[in-house]
Amino acid sequence: MQKFTTLTSPVIPLNLDNVDTDMIIPAQHLKSVSKLGFGEHVFSALRKMYPDFILNQPAYNTGKILLSKANFGCGSSREHAVWAIQQYGIQAVVCSSFSDIFFNNAAKNCLLLISLPEETIAKWIDASLADSSLAMTIDLEAQKISFMGETHSFKYDTFRKHCLINGLDDLDYLLSQEKDITAYEQKHCNISR
Amino acid sequence: MTQNIINKIWQSHVVQSKPDFPDTLYIDRILLHEVTSAQAFAELKQRGIPIRNKQNLLATVDHSIPTDKNRAVIVDEIARTQVDTLRANCKETGVTIYDIESSHQGIVHVVGPELGFTLPGTTIICGDSHTSTHGAFGALAFGVGTSEITHAMASSCILQDKPKTFKVEFKGMPNQYFTAKDAILKLISVIGIGGGKGCVIEYVGEYIRSLSMEGRMTICNMSIECGARAGLVAPDATTFAYLQGRQYAPQGAAWERAKAEWSALVSDTGASYDHEIVIDIEGAGPMLTWGINPEHAIALSGQTPALDAGGDRATLEKAYAYTGLTPGQSLKGTPIDFAFVGSCTNGRIEDLRAVAKILDGRKVSSRVTMYIVPGSEQVMAQAQAEGLDKIFIAAGADFRMPGCSMCLAMNPDKVPEGKRCVSTSNRNFIGRQGPNSITHLASPQTTAASAVLGFIASEESL
Repeated sequence: MQKFTTLTSPVIPLNLDNVDTDMIIPAQHLKSVSKLGFGEHVFSALRKMYPDFILNQPAYNTGKILLSKANFGCGSSREHAVWAIQQYGIQAVVCSSFSDIFFNNAAKNCLLLISLPEETIAKWIDASLADSSLAMTIDLEAQKISFMGETHSFKYDTFRKHCLINGLDDLDYLLSQEKDITAYEQKHCNISR
Repeated sequence: MTQNIINKIWQSHVVQSKPDFPDTLYIDRILLHEVTSAQAFAELKQRGIPIRNKQNLLATVDHSIPTDKNRAVIVDEIARTQVDTLRANCKETGVTIYDIESSHQGIVHVVGPELGFTLPGTTIICGDSHTSTHGAFGALAFGVGTSEITHAMASSCILQDKPKTFKVEFKGMPNQYFTAKDAILKLISVIGIGGGKGCVIEYVGEYIRSLSMEGRMTICNMSIECGARAGLVAPDATTFAYLQGRQYAPQGAAWERAKAEWSALVSDTGASYDHEIVIDIEGAGPMLTWGINPEHAIALSGQTPALDAGGDRATLEKAYAYTGLTPGQSLKGTPIDFAFVGSCTNGRIEDLRAVAKILDGRKVSSRVTMYIVPGSEQVMAQAQAEGLDKIFIAAGADFRMPGCSMCLAMNPDKVPEGKRCVSTSNRNFIGRQGPNSITHLASPQTTAASAVLGFIASEESL
């Protein structure tokens, strides 16, 4: 798994609440049986419908950090949304909040998600829309994010941070609990399950 | 200590719990379909990890499968590969699959319950956000991504943070045209599409108790549309009556034991929750959505909101631009082009009966294309046995084969560009039913009435 430590990059400001996973990767692109090939379709419907959509603007479309608003990743559970974002080249998404399933899916793929207060996000989106050259720096180990000369701390789940920094896999961790799982099954798995 | 049902089920499934780590949660049931499983099978194979407890897995084909009579032939090569990959994976690993013509193929959230695979007190996952449907049986059921499907296939467990609990009580008696779909749209319109984030909802109250299993499934199904991780209803006599005798449900003495165990699966009197809300449905009538996400729902008798009515103004502006509507207008009388009855939300026999009752002796408007898509082969067979298919055909509707169909535009059934559809499905996101299509989510009754009249209307207008 890819490790994550620090990142400095211009940002892609997506000034919307409730960015859903149908927007991120429309269903017609979910037919692949592999985990690859989704990057070129990221936000494809919005890119087609709105010529001025942020990813259609050369000044913004090379950023590795996506900045958006509340409840990012809501809707369908498709992990393809995370794969599409990553395969496009985005390594971190900074928002005021995320949907639960998207949050879990991102953690499984080392896509870093950072939640910050709504006011900070709104201010940063405005600044970034006014000046595409502004760069953001994220230091996961120190849990610090810097933009526009400000540095903020962010909360990050201890277990997921441990996994991200060390590139660890949840499945190995689960399989290491084999004895406990077997003991659980012997005690609990009965006819009414 | 008093406990709510959500915490009871959670705690009975925790294999390991330690500070600063997510809980290791035991998963009793894994449902599979063609879209989100191929990568899981591939990873296990590549890593040489066998499936643990393959009897806990059940697969069917629904999302990509065409719904025309000739559905065995999938023209789209990538979709065909996806469906064939699931077939091959199930064959290779010995996982049970209900394929087309098995008499049990259908939308995974319709098939699981009707086979009795969905049982009270179990934990159920599927790579589909509408897995919350199964909560109607008092199960803790939620959607996950492909990674967590892989984890559960390998270990029968996944890593999850303990959810917050949310009690939603529907209070009062609605009018006769109000359905379970209207109840859940009303909740989402009140708390918003992020209102249930981090939570599992327990639905309570007299109204919920009065609902059939189909109605409860409709409500639990759309829990994800307010951001909740899951939604459930404590099991009762209605639940047991539905389950008894179904293929995977316990039989004989085991059934009696199970029923006794399930009967204790209720929230204790005085149990606390992290959040509680009472939704007043006294005298309420049908709801439908006007915008681009499910919280954009209003009473059919009401008006679309002003731009400064609250919420994100940019989203509201985008919604009006996309749907071609204006703030402060009534939706009644808006001409429609398509009507869709089906999906994991409203593709069950009770939904088809409600639609048949309205279409009986009437015709679908000449300007409207109406699809009626049963949720499963069992629903289709039941509809045929009751003669509903004849009513649909006589009315000029297209009664199709089971699948997800027009809910999500990933099979050949799509709403064309610029066309307006009243739909019993669950999402009105931009492009959800096809690029540039416009969706109004509604009950089967409102959808059927609108199809007959050719414009948005409730059953009352007929």
